[in-house]
Amino acid sequence: MTNASIAVPGAIVRPLTRGERLDLPKRVTLASAALVVVLVAVLLAFIVWNGVQLFAHSGVPVLQVLSATWQPDNTLQQPVIFGLLPFILGTLSVMALAAVIATPLSVGLALFMAEVAPRWARSITQPALEVFVGIPSVVYGWLGLTVLVPFLRISLHSVGFSMLAGALVLSLMILPTITSVALDAFTTVPGEMRSASFALGTTRWQTIRHVLLPAAVSGVATGIVLGMMRAAGEALAVQMVIGNRPLIPTGITQPMTTLTSQITLDMGNTVAGEPWNEALWTMGLILLLISFAFVAIVRILGRRRLVAE
Amino acid sequence: MTRVIWADRAATAVLWGIAFFVIGILLAIIGHFLLASIGTLSLSFIFGDPSDSTIGGVGPVLFNSIYILTLTLLLTVPLGILGGIYMAEYAGEGRLTTIIRFSQELISSVPSIVVGMFGLALFVTLTHWSFTALGGSLALLVFNLPLLTRLTEQAIRAVPADERRGSIALGVSKWRTIRHVVVPIAIPGIVTGIILTAGRIFGEAAALIFTSGLSTPSGYNFANLNITDPRSPWSPFHSATTLSVFIWKSNSEGLGLFVHQVADASSAVLVLMVLVFNLGARGLGRYLQRRVTGT
Repeated sequence: MTNASIAVPGAIVRPLTRGERLDLPKRVTLASAALVVVLVAVLLAFIVWNGVQLFAHSGVPVLQVLSATWQPDNTLQQPVIFGLLPFILGTLSVMALAAVIATPLSVGLALFMAEVAPRWARSITQPALEVFVGIPSVVYGWLGLTVLVPFLRISLHSVGFSMLAGALVLSLMILPTITSVALDAFTTVPGEMRSASFALGTTRWQTIRHVLLPAAVSGVATGIVLGMMRAAGEALAVQMVIGNRPLIPTGITQPMTTLTSQITLDMGNTVAGEPWNEALWTMGLILLLISFAFVAIVRILGRRRLVAE
Repeated sequence: MTRVIWADRAATAVLWGIAFFVIGILLAIIGHFLLASIGTLSLSFIFGDPSDSTIGGVGPVLFNSIYILTLTLLLTVPLGILGGIYMAEYAGEGRLTTIIRFSQELISSVPSIVVGMFGLALFVTLTHWSFTALGGSLALLVFNLPLLTRLTEQAIRAVPADERRGSIALGVSKWRTIRHVVVPIAIPGIVTGIILTAGRIFGEAAALIFTSGLSTPSGYNFANLNITDPRSPWSPFHSATTLSVFIWKSNSEGLGLFVHQVADASSAVLVLMVLVFNLGARGLGRYLQRRVTGT
């Protein structure tokens, strides 16, 4: 602290002691805070290094990952092909479907909590939302496997394991994410805007549609993007219900697979250094890039929000 | 009545409907697991050893969960609080602060399965530890440290500036002000943050299947307190399946006789723990708030 150097008239200004110059507390706390920078750097280095070994070490052409054929096993009498397109498309499509299912519910719930709910209802929805976030993903996965998949099997006369099952499980998991970010966006809209709108004789719904939603749109979009980010990265719950077939998704009732599911399944069965294992690391790298793309989108939305204000 | 008013009423009804629907789903999930575990969930299930011929128990797995949770918190809490203090009290607007914040944002976006792969490469393969509870805890540290740092920072920032000014005006140094004035006031928020982090750690599985592993040494002897002995349950150097990982394993290994009931009951335990953690965070936070503010 530099209070010794503040010039107070008549006060005796003493020089800083050695301990004050060193400022150990500041250094120690800084080291703790800066540890995250080291963690990110090391993590990036490991994932990128391992993620490019498929090309650098095993000599697989980079563009082969865009192939639709996944034949990683070199013990079979087949050419070995590392096409990752089914996984990438699988991740993106199940994520999109989950967002489509979860968004209306989440935004509706956020509007309810921000504009409609009386006090008693808010005191139920708020903790409920926290419990929703807290339920572990494996529990959602197990629920999907034992309740949802059999239900889909009977009602749709299909195998049950499907993109739809994965998207439904994911939509439950991202619902609280989208809701809480959207709720923040609605509650930070200044009360004057509501008052001004109501003063013109509008109904609540007109105010919501023509004032609140436009004012909060980037906040709501941020929530949706964060939800999609969570959906893309979720592994175990999806792996349990999606069917794990490395095929280009053709319909929402078909079994398919995702990047995370394949990593989960194959990581333990492959040996470090063999191409199959290296392909899993490449999938991890792609997942990381997808997540970072979402971070970039969130940042752009955040900047737009600042400009709008 | 005009159309506008009908539209307003319809919208209100729809929003109420959505709220009831979502709460209904949550109650259905909790109710489902409680019903499904009737007859299975008992003290002997919670504390007992696993068995192939009967329902058995999840004692060792639950112990591993609590062990890894404790170990992770021991590593994360001090660093998280110190880091949070820096971000709230010392950090300026400089480039370093920007880099730290950006790193926090990046790491919280990394999927936990990717953190698991990172842990596998670093704490399992490179260190030659193989699958260990310590490796699992370090992997969990990777994404829970930034979270706790941010929660601590928020709790400290919420402390009114007057408290600091009052202390500084008495000639108390900055660090003493932080230690004896600011942090004590922020304690309720910090504790809530720790409990929420703990809930997340307890439920995490994806980052652990490649780091703390899918197996547990059989025959835990809790009298063996030698933590350097990998057979001791207290040692951080043996593979340790947690309850969450155990549920995931049930789906891939549908072999045993009672896998379904055991996984249902395990899920019920996890869901109940989540409720306890959440209510605990709220209750303890409120209690500490009263203690600190003296109201």
